[in-house]
Amino acid sequence: MEYDVAVIGAGVVGSLITRELSRYNVKTALLERCNDCAMGATKANSAIVHAGFDAVPGTLKAKLNVRGVELMKTFCKELNVPLQNNGALVVAFSEGEKAHLEKLLDRGVRNGVPGLYVADREELVKLEPNIGDTAVAALVAPTSSIVCPYELTIAGVENAVTNGAEFIRNCQVTAIDYTDGEFTLATTQGEIKADYVINAAGVHSGEVAALIGDNSIEIVVRHGDYYLLDKSQGTLASHTIFQCPTEMGKGVLVSPTVDGNLIVGPSAEDIDDGDDVATTEFGLDKIYTMAIKSVPKVSLRNAITSFSGNRAHPTTDDFIIGSSAVNEKFINAAGIESPGLSSAPAIAEMVAGIVNDLAGGLERKADFNPVRPEPVRFRHMSTEERAELINKNKAYGRIVCRCETITEGEIVDAIHAPAGARDVDGVKRRTRAGMGRCQGGFCGSKVVEILARELGVSMNEITKFGGESRIMYDRTK
Amino acid sequence: MLNYDLVVVGGGPAGMAAALKAKEEGVEKVVILERAETLGGILEQCIHTGFGLHYFGEELSGPEYAGRFIEQVENTDIDVYTDTMVLNVSDSNVVTAVNNKDGLLQFQAIAVVLAMGCRERPRGALSIAGSRPAGIMTAGTAQKYVNIDGYMPGKKVVILGSGDIGLIMARRMTLEGAEVKVVCELMPYSGGLQRNIVQCLDDFGIPLRLSCTVVKTHGKDRLEGITIANVDERLKPIPGTEEYIECDTLLLSVGLIPENELSKDAGVDLDMITNGPVVDEYRETLRPGVFACGNVLQVHDLVDYVTEESQIAGKGAADYIFGKKKGGTFINTKGINGVRYVVPQRVNIEGEKKLKLYFRVGQVFKGARVVVECDGEVLSSRKKVKLAPGEMENVVITPEMLKKMNKDSEIIVRVEE
Repeated sequence: MEYDVAVIGAGVVGSLITRELSRYNVKTALLERCNDCAMGATKANSAIVHAGFDAVPGTLKAKLNVRGVELMKTFCKELNVPLQNNGALVVAFSEGEKAHLEKLLDRGVRNGVPGLYVADREELVKLEPNIGDTAVAALVAPTSSIVCPYELTIAGVENAVTNGAEFIRNCQVTAIDYTDGEFTLATTQGEIKADYVINAAGVHSGEVAALIGDNSIEIVVRHGDYYLLDKSQGTLASHTIFQCPTEMGKGVLVSPTVDGNLIVGPSAEDIDDGDDVATTEFGLDKIYTMAIKSVPKVSLRNAITSFSGNRAHPTTDDFIIGSSAVNEKFINAAGIESPGLSSAPAIAEMVAGIVNDLAGGLERKADFNPVRPEPVRFRHMSTEERAELINKNKAYGRIVCRCETITEGEIVDAIHAPAGARDVDGVKRRTRAGMGRCQGGFCGSKVVEILARELGVSMNEITKFGGESRIMYDRTK
Repeated sequence: MLNYDLVVVGGGPAGMAAALKAKEEGVEKVVILERAETLGGILEQCIHTGFGLHYFGEELSGPEYAGRFIEQVENTDIDVYTDTMVLNVSDSNVVTAVNNKDGLLQFQAIAVVLAMGCRERPRGALSIAGSRPAGIMTAGTAQKYVNIDGYMPGKKVVILGSGDIGLIMARRMTLEGAEVKVVCELMPYSGGLQRNIVQCLDDFGIPLRLSCTVVKTHGKDRLEGITIANVDERLKPIPGTEEYIECDTLLLSVGLIPENELSKDAGVDLDMITNGPVVDEYRETLRPGVFACGNVLQVHDLVDYVTEESQIAGKGAADYIFGKKKGGTFINTKGINGVRYVVPQRVNIEGEKKLKLYFRVGQVFKGARVVVECDGEVLSSRKKVKLAPGEMENVVITPEMLKKMNKDSEIIVRVEE
């Protein structure tokens, strides 16, 4: 198969790059080694659109974060992804930390972040009544927001596919050859040819770059555990509450999510295996201990799940974006750790710009449609809207996931959407079926049934998340 | 808007018994709303026997036990909506529900019986470290795959938690050809019925390890193994006791949680211990006209008791509908000294019938006495060979006892060793 551009990796970065490229008359393939998009760091991070005070002025991180925050509003609006401007607090627990807040404030001002100020304890308690007793002050960042990272990614891929891009799953790139001005990628889905290759392979971006002999990218896998708490706890904090950052990152945060849960994490531990996303007892203990310093009412009795993600920490400490020194048509978008989600729209804009420049100006697609239609979200509808919806399509009258009130119609939509769900976790990320407090105890088997029916396969072929993650084996005796 | 005297939310054993009792008491318009495709609730997947020993005096399977009530419902003019999910119970007892045939439905009720049952605690509530591959599920989910869908969810199985569903599934998976390696129980005693330990584990040579838990899961796509460890008195894993067990499936039977999202939404007060509504002896919640029974009220170990409890709720609802429900003076019940909770939480001292207080203990007691007292006076004291958290107990309160009480009295149930 021949393409103009092959994008390797369907995380938030690769997906939004593909969507940017789909604005042009460019044949683009988005290659993903897993059974779905958003399977790496994208599905397991803090889900924050950072205001941008944290990055060192002058770095790509600083520049793209601030630009990303701006673009994120447009992206989310066009893609119909909920973005909630809840503001952030960086809390100081000592006078020493308070001094650090001033440093962050200064950095933020230099990065062009609007609205920053330091609040004393009295104001802090007003902003967050559940804040810990030892908190003395906080940097307030009104422009910080929350967004669901996998929802943004899924929406980006859907929109890219609608605009002509191809999404190829289970497609791991194993070798890259460059001959006569063209790349040939050996993949688990056969040979793929492309004029340009974009490396958005997350924790594996160093290995992917090495396939063309570019050994300049060194990625440290930084592992982080998280807890997700029940929706009944979602109001314990209204802002995203950070602690003062350390060498290992922004520290443990407590934040509401756009879906109304409370997220707590991450820990930070450097590990060797980029695919090892097992939570650790040590990490889970640590985030709990640190979280209750910020919000003492956080209780693990209300945890509905724990998970972990691996951030791609570049040894250079800054994003690595641009043409490879080995081949200018091989463009890296690597080392995208925090604020990677916040910067993703700006990274997409920048990388598409690089391709545009190298190609000497790409032709814009006349019929590009930037809008991804809003999926049906039954749970947010009024009684009248629900009645009308079910009148049009009875499948919306059948509740499959009780905890999150998700209908069969929504699940069927998710399966048949462009680049739709192929496994149980894919349905979960697109619809929230199984995302609630029972974690799929009741609806899991129904989702398997619907997937099997809609995909025309038997129930025991359905997986949790592709590969060997089959849920059922043979028929019973 | 559809008008009914009684709307019953849930068509499992609790909902059916409540609806039938109300009908028997002369309530005209009764409707059962059930979210599954059929009546019967969780009994439909409980194909083992052991149901009905108390109520029918014979040993039935789950579907058989449910079947007797389904038949009775079918022989009445009780309306039934299956595959129908209740979304909300309003302040004025308007019940909103949806299904894929009728669309959005609204029922105006005089009385409502909440009988939504319970759900299993998922892995997330346990904070087990490790990977999150396929092959980790609740015992009830596995039971549905095996008994309803006809697929095996695994071949080499470890079960965490010795609650009844875990024990039942240990036997079921074994009968289907799987190898059940061990059942681990965090507590120093099993949470299940003694008869299930004998019939489901001992008879098949499946080891039960007490004071033991799963500390880590292994495997990327499908579960490949788990690490277990012994726990100390504080239930914390003891370093150095870790042991790796190869398995492709981990079934969790680590507790049941009454499903009270609707109740909370409807402003019904819940008991912090049972996680079910606070009710009086008629099983009426603190919201007049709203009753609760079955596992949504308290987790039962025997369906026979669910039936009994639900008949009380059905009678209570009927009395409410006919305006016959007695007012009176309600006092609180309370469990102390080893008694975790008492249901009902409120009792009418002007009541004229004998009533039962149901309770569970928090640990195993051997040869202890169950004492009921009020205002410092012992009302009854009975020696029990064994009291265990897995087995619900009851004590009887007679009208004579009630007569001695006043509005400030409190009925205490306690264990005396």
